Amino acid sequence: MILTPLSHISMPLLMGNSLNVWSEALVGFNPMGLPLGLVILAAIPLVFIALYSLTYGVYGERKISAFMQDRLGPMEVGKWGILQTIADILKLLQKEDIVPTSADKFLFVIGPGVLFVGSFLAYAVLPFSSAFIGASLNVGLFFAIGIVAIEVVGILAAGWGSNNKWSLYGAVRSVAQIVSYEIPAAIALLCGAMMAGTLDMQKITMLQSGSYGFAHFFLFQSPIAWLPFLIYFIASLAEVNRAPFDIPEAESELVAGYFTEYTGMKFAVIFLAEYGSMFMVSAIISIVFLGGWNSPLPDIGSFALNAWTNGPVWGVFWIIMKGFFFIFVQMWLRWTLPRLRVDQLMYLCWKVLTPFAFVSFVLTAIWVIYVP
Amino acid sequence: MSNLTYTVIFYIFAAITVFSAAFVVFSRNVIYSAFSLLFTFFGVAALYVFLSADFIAVTQVVVYVGGILVLLLFGVMFTKSIMNTELKSDVLHIIPGTLILAGMLGALLYTFYTTHTWKPSEIQLHGSIVERIGYETMSHYVLPFEMVSILLLAALIGAAFLARFDKPDNKNL
Repeated sequence: MILTPLSHISMPLLMGNSLNVWSEALVGFNPMGLPLGLVILAAIPLVFIALYSLTYGVYGERKISAFMQDRLGPMEVGKWGILQTIADILKLLQKEDIVPTSADKFLFVIGPGVLFVGSFLAYAVLPFSSAFIGASLNVGLFFAIGIVAIEVVGILAAGWGSNNKWSLYGAVRSVAQIVSYEIPAAIALLCGAMMAGTLDMQKITMLQSGSYGFAHFFLFQSPIAWLPFLIYFIASLAEVNRAPFDIPEAESELVAGYFTEYTGMKFAVIFLAEYGSMFMVSAIISIVFLGGWNSPLPDIGSFALNAWTNGPVWGVFWIIMKGFFFIFVQMWLRWTLPRLRVDQLMYLCWKVLTPFAFVSFVLTAIWVIYVP
Repeated sequence: MSNLTYTVIFYIFAAITVFSAAFVVFSRNVIYSAFSLLFTFFGVAALYVFLSADFIAVTQVVVYVGGILVLLLFGVMFTKSIMNTELKSDVLHIIPGTLILAGMLGALLYTFYTTHTWKPSEIQLHGSIVERIGYETMSHYVLPFEMVSILLLAALIGAAFLARFDKPDNKNL
């Protein structure tokens, strides 16, 4: 009996096997001279963020936190409360959109928008499968690190525009945190870029494919790769303001941080941005250290697990699963760890993570140069 | 991408850059000026992309938006009574200003029309520019690169020295 490889079954969906076929086909899609394909290309990650944060983000977070605290979580709306998020969205849509009288109207309104755009822009360079990437830039990784800066400006606009002490404190804390943790995060990612020898996200992923599955991932390719991996994971928690680094929205001190004054859909947009950047950093860590859309399953003799579970459609599955795994870890940490103090936060960044990032940088450089 | 789309997108970014830059200058609110700079920097980065200088475009965003703009916003937000300060954006000295403007514009347009062919570089770029920048920085321009890094290190140490707490003088007690 011959086992049919799964990638052969999904062949009609593949539209050929060359790299980036889907995204290139979309770019060329110009009905009546209008660049509709470009719009669709940009809309795919947007729809993805919306769907995932609705289903996995909000509902998942509430359920995971409930199970960690030995509660049931939402149970009323639908079976196991699965329709709870839809009900929440309906409620948020009906809420009055309050703009405080003494707030800076313009900044208050554009703040959440700029914040969301900042978290969404990095999706342009994330390869979702071998056939789909928004823009296969040769500076992809650099772009993904740098574009977070726009999010920072959005946070400041929201915090200042609210004309509220807590909001401003939250914004300033958040920005100080993001700006300082960018340094160890960038150096840790540089270690991965050094092992790949390129900044192109699609090339970094391709360099980690092979028939041994997970053994080709950069995390397992060098004895020091776990150090930048760990540093980037910790720093990325701080960059997306997740616990134990959630001092910008510390409920016990600052009400809710920079989004204290926001209601209705603006509040929802801020949360969408948070879940968007959570998946973004999870995808970046999976791409740089854990092979992105490559299947982690190895070939075992003639039992070619790796070949069967690789392909453009499988790629989407793997990268989303890897991303969700890290989001699960982020939620797990959030509900089990206490919050750091501001001075502890700065201590951890400048005196622990940054020196260790430099050490791992030098060690990785030695490994890359001297070990073929 | 068709040529028309390309042109339209270029003009959108050019308009964003010019209008936000004008807003930076003419706005009477320092905070608005600072936030408007975001769009200027972003538009300039987009214009770099149109010149196929991806690396410079991303560096522009990292350095100017991530560094300088955030520093500027912090400075503006932490300055006492910044909202009450009267910003002067009146028109003074109209005649000398117009003369200087006309002179500058004339000189620029003259240069533009006399050197009618833009000189393209003799070296054609192939493949990834990032690697080329890396090689050049580490080989040809390694001395300036190191000098800049020493300058930045000195600036960092100086900033840390200036910003540290004044310890109470325990020796003289």
